[in-house]
Amino acid sequence: MSALLTIDAVSKRFRGLVAVDRLRFDVPEGDIFAVIGPNGAGKTTLFNMIAGVFAPDSGSIAFAGERIDGLPPDRICRRGIGRTFQIVRPFPALSVEDNVIVGALLHRHRVDAARAHSHEVLRRLDLYDKRAQRASSLTLPDRKRLEVARALATDPKLLLLDEVMAGLRPTETDRIVAILQELNRETGLTILLIEHVMRAVMALASRILVLHHGAAIAQGTPEQVVRDRAVIDSYLGAEAVS
Amino acid sequence: MRDMWSAIPVRGRVMLLALIALLLAAPLALDRYFISVFVLIFYFAFVGQAWNIMMGFAGQLSLGHALYAGVGGYVAALLWFYFGIGPWVGVFAGVAIAAVFGAMIGWLGFRFGIEGVYFALLTIAFAEFTRIAFDNMAFTGGAGGLFLLYDPHRTHEWWNLRGGPLLFYYLGFALAASAAVLTAWLARSRIGYQWIAVREDQEAALSLGVDVFRAKMIAVLISSSMTAVGGVLLTFYYNNLFPGQAFDIGRSIEIILAPIIGGLGTIFGPIVGAFILTPLGEGLIALTAKFGIDVPGTKAVFYGLTLMVIISLRPDGVWPWLKRLLGLTETKS
Repeated sequence: MSALLTIDAVSKRFRGLVAVDRLRFDVPEGDIFAVIGPNGAGKTTLFNMIAGVFAPDSGSIAFAGERIDGLPPDRICRRGIGRTFQIVRPFPALSVEDNVIVGALLHRHRVDAARAHSHEVLRRLDLYDKRAQRASSLTLPDRKRLEVARALATDPKLLLLDEVMAGLRPTETDRIVAILQELNRETGLTILLIEHVMRAVMALASRILVLHHGAAIAQGTPEQVVRDRAVIDSYLGAEAVS
Repeated sequence: MRDMWSAIPVRGRVMLLALIALLLAAPLALDRYFISVFVLIFYFAFVGQAWNIMMGFAGQLSLGHALYAGVGGYVAALLWFYFGIGPWVGVFAGVAIAAVFGAMIGWLGFRFGIEGVYFALLTIAFAEFTRIAFDNMAFTGGAGGLFLLYDPHRTHEWWNLRGGPLLFYYLGFALAASAAVLTAWLARSRIGYQWIAVREDQEAALSLGVDVFRAKMIAVLISSSMTAVGGVLLTFYYNNLFPGQAFDIGRSIEIILAPIIGGLGTIFGPIVGAFILTPLGEGLIALTAKFGIDVPGTKAVFYGLTLMVIISLRPDGVWPWLKRLLGLTETKS
């Protein structure tokens, strides 16, 4: 399979601190690709560069064969990359449905078409029954799924998920994992996720990249990565493998 | 259109039709003074709606809307004054030039990320520059003002907005009503959703592919154009223009009060606000005159106090509360 996203020698510094250091990796089309690593490893920085929040200092990012580094977030979304925020950002005054309609309107000019699409997405994310509620009234697990629904409504080819499982109970985590697996299987959606919850990563990812001090220290299938000496030392800890 | 109508609960449709009928027939029973009060109500409902689009929907705070009203009024008045070109044509020129001002302010603010109160300061600054410019331009009458001749032989020329209060009553009504319909239509369209997304969370809107710059520019262009139309109406109603008044921040504040009191980001907010504020101001003038209080500022103090009371009791505006009171809260299927 060809690479949908190519990160090539990407670096980002913040006042001398190297957040991401000449990072290189490919996300193959149709994959569920996880980026893990300790806090401060540069995961969110990487994520923000892909999503267009800021441009890399050097290196390039290519999506579907075209360079996208330096493009603003709205243009990147239009190219087909949807994202969620680590700290959820629903439009609080809008209903759940209207939140998703905003995303659906990206490639649809008629509101009724966008509404129909939003219903489809909401059903997938188990939010259909709550569509009339105000987003501000939702519980955290629902808000996390709304975040995914909204991004999904923009019809992305690649979905970037920034710690969507953080703060969820195991049953809620399993629920999102199941939804994401189904999406990947049925629509061929490529997913790139940053995640701390190893339970979810191990269940979902077909490939894992471990980031440490802005550089990749390991990459491979989940089984390979959890047995990697450097990964155990820097991140997982010995007890995680046992 | 049909959509919009069917979105209103039956009870609301009846009330709305009754209100329209009442307002259309009201001049039969009203004297000149009350008609003039209604002209102001309609004016404030109209320009309030224009400001509401920008602030209530797109979330961009402008404190310089007097600029657009003033520019619209001046352009149409100058065309009439020098070339005899009627306001039905002049309004297009006024709107075009006001929209250019809106585009300049919007471009500066939105392109360079001047946001919130800083954007508001930018809008005030533009209104002030323009005031100073008009104060010093001879062909606009300078600080001494521009006067449109009131010719009693031409009061039948309604097409040139030469007429009595009744003409302005129905014109004002038509404008206020169309602005409400336009806003309702916009709010239900793609751009309306994008505006609210920008208002609620700009970063999240960007991440969903909303062209935030474009959405804000459309808001400022529509808002400035509409406000200019209001300026033309007011200018031909009063027949005079002074830079010190037309571009004053006080004028801008007057424009924003009705939507704030009535309910930001709602269709009926600016209308309800105008129906509260204009009669309140007029009533206070009448009261202070009746009780012989001629201390300067008395009216302003009571006006301010009343606004404070309303805002503290109904922080979301009067309309959302009134809507519940009238049993008009929509039941979503």
